[in-house]
Amino acid sequence: MAKYGLFSMTITSNLDRFMTLAIWSAALLVAAAFLWLLGDVLWHGAAHLSWSFLTEAPENAGRSGGIGPILVSTLMILAVAVAAAVPLGLATAVWLTEFIRPGSSFGRLVGLSLDVLAGVPSIVLGLFGNAFFCVYLGLGFSILAGGLTLACMVLPIFIRTAEAGLRAVPADWRNGAAALGLSRGAALIHILLPAAAPALAAALMLGIGRAMAETAALIYTSGYVDRMPSSLSDSGRALAVHIYDLSMNVAGGDPNAYASALVLITLLIIINSTALWLAENLLQRRIVTA
Amino acid sequence: MTSTIDMHCRPATGTPADAYTLGPLQSGPSCCDPEPLIRVENLSLSYDNKPALAGVTLDIYRGCITALIGPSGCGKTSFLSSLNRLTDLIPGCEVEGRILINRQDARAPDLDVQTLRRQVGMIFQKPNPFPLSIRRNLEMPLREHGVRNRSELCDRLERTLTDVGLWDEVKDRLDTPALALSGGQQQRLCLARALALEPSVLLMDEPCSALDPLSSAVVEDLIQRLRGRYTVVIVTHNLAQARRIANYAGFFWVRERAGTLIEFGRCQQIFEEPAHDLTAAYVSGARG
Ligand SMILES: Nc1ncnc2c1ncn2[C@@H]1O[C@H](COP(=O)(O)OP(=O)(O)OP(=O)(O)O)[C@@H](O)[C@H]1O
Ligand SMILES: [Mg+2]
Repeated sequence: MAKYGLFSMTITSNLDRFMTLAIWSAALLVAAAFLWLLGDVLWHGAAHLSWSFLTEAPENAGRSGGIGPILVSTLMILAVAVAAAVPLGLATAVWLTEFIRPGSSFGRLVGLSLDVLAGVPSIVLGLFGNAFFCVYLGLGFSILAGGLTLACMVLPIFIRTAEAGLRAVPADWRNGAAALGLSRGAALIHILLPAAAPALAAALMLGIGRAMAETAALIYTSGYVDRMPSSLSDSGRALAVHIYDLSMNVAGGDPNAYASALVLITLLIIINSTALWLAENLLQRRIVTA
Repeated sequence: MTSTIDMHCRPATGTPADAYTLGPLQSGPSCCDPEPLIRVENLSLSYDNKPALAGVTLDIYRGCITALIGPSGCGKTSFLSSLNRLTDLIPGCEVEGRILINRQDARAPDLDVQTLRRQVGMIFQKPNPFPLSIRRNLEMPLREHGVRNRSELCDRLERTLTDVGLWDEVKDRLDTPALALSGGQQQRLCLARALALEPSVLLMDEPCSALDPLSSAVVEDLIQRLRGRYTVVIVTHNLAQARRIANYAGFFWVRERAGTLIEFGRCQQIFEEPAHDLTAAYVSGARG
């Protein structure tokens, strides 16, 4: 009996050791892949990065010159996407969590269609955006059409993440608010939304991350004109489209493609930390102190 | 057009200044003139067509403490929630019967539920202060009910926190998170939050059961002090507590899968000479 116990113990500890090793190597592998990617972009891109690269217009199909107009177009497309997706998404998430009966068939239908929409390949969304925004609504190849197409693309993940965040707010607070005679709107503004702020920020970051990296959906909608846009109805080239173009279609475009990729990654980091900071300071601070 | 229930039933004695400070501790179940403030007639309640309460009829007297006792699952929480219409929020919950609060139908479809809930406050089993600062926990509901004047807000804040004995403990940290308070302090804050709205009825669902014996004693003292000024309905599993504080007691039991009110009467009578065998067995600790 004792022998058997000892025997099985050595097996467990061997298994344990193997598991530990496997888990550590998996984690290391993931970290290494990420660091390698980042290092590669930094190594090739940093040399070409300068202030003038950020501000000047591209020349010679992007082989030389900078990415000034492209940065502006990217930010404009992103702004349109966020401005359209956030209010619509937030309202839908609130509707799904607070205004319909749990398990209602209409709510489930909306949830299901969101999940299907989330799985649609971006190239298909690009075709839809082109047919609907550019042609049917007559927006043409424009920053507006591109931004709205991106909004369609990020809405499902934004809604689903925001919804999960709102659902995670304890029911005690909902009941407490109702028992004090607070209206649903007051409960939302003062308690539910601030309590869900970290999840809402996460939802926003997921959305922005996807939007910034998008190429396929934008080629058909905002186009790839690399001039400085003067309004939302101008065509504009997004950073991701620019990188794709430089590395695939332009011989000798690699150095600037790398530099642009570095800018894209930096931009993502800046936007994400801003969203986090905003969530903590605007919504959460009211929760903790004010 | 929505109607509201007028419940200005607080005795208008004393100067306005002491009108809000709770009086001295009253001891023992003495009683007030038995004038019903809430009349419940033949109340039945079901969740998804499964009955939880059947045919409950009782009167709740103004200014008195009414204790509801009974085993788990006999519908005490459901009964309380139907009084302030919190049951409206539960999908699949159907209520039947009549609830009159100060002679007005609390179940009328055109009743302003927000005003009703302001007048019929509720304290939950688990303290549920909002994840806001102590100050905003009290001020936010007041503001939402139209109290905007700064000095009025400060006044009520200090008055209600003093009433629940929390003022000295928290006056230097009003702007710190309410969730950092201890459980007993949180429950007293919730009581202060309800009192700040100047309700006339307070529903308490096992307010002491999540607290340690000392905090529980503090909250119990507080409830004693509410007698006369507020009409209190308290659910408790602590029979000794019910006996100590209540003027009236109601005993619920599950019969044919639905909670029913077995016996209702003066607290002393329920505990000392119950009319029903089930009540006798329950209060003597033999059953339930
Ligand atoms: N939201 C709900 N949905 C469905 N059934 C419910 C719901 N709330 C309560 N019930 C059911 O109604 C019955 C009465 O529940 P209730 O919570 O009112 O009992 P209680 O007397 O407060 O019990 P306890 O002493 O444990 O708090 C129980 O059988 C319970 O399962
Ligand atoms: Mg209960």
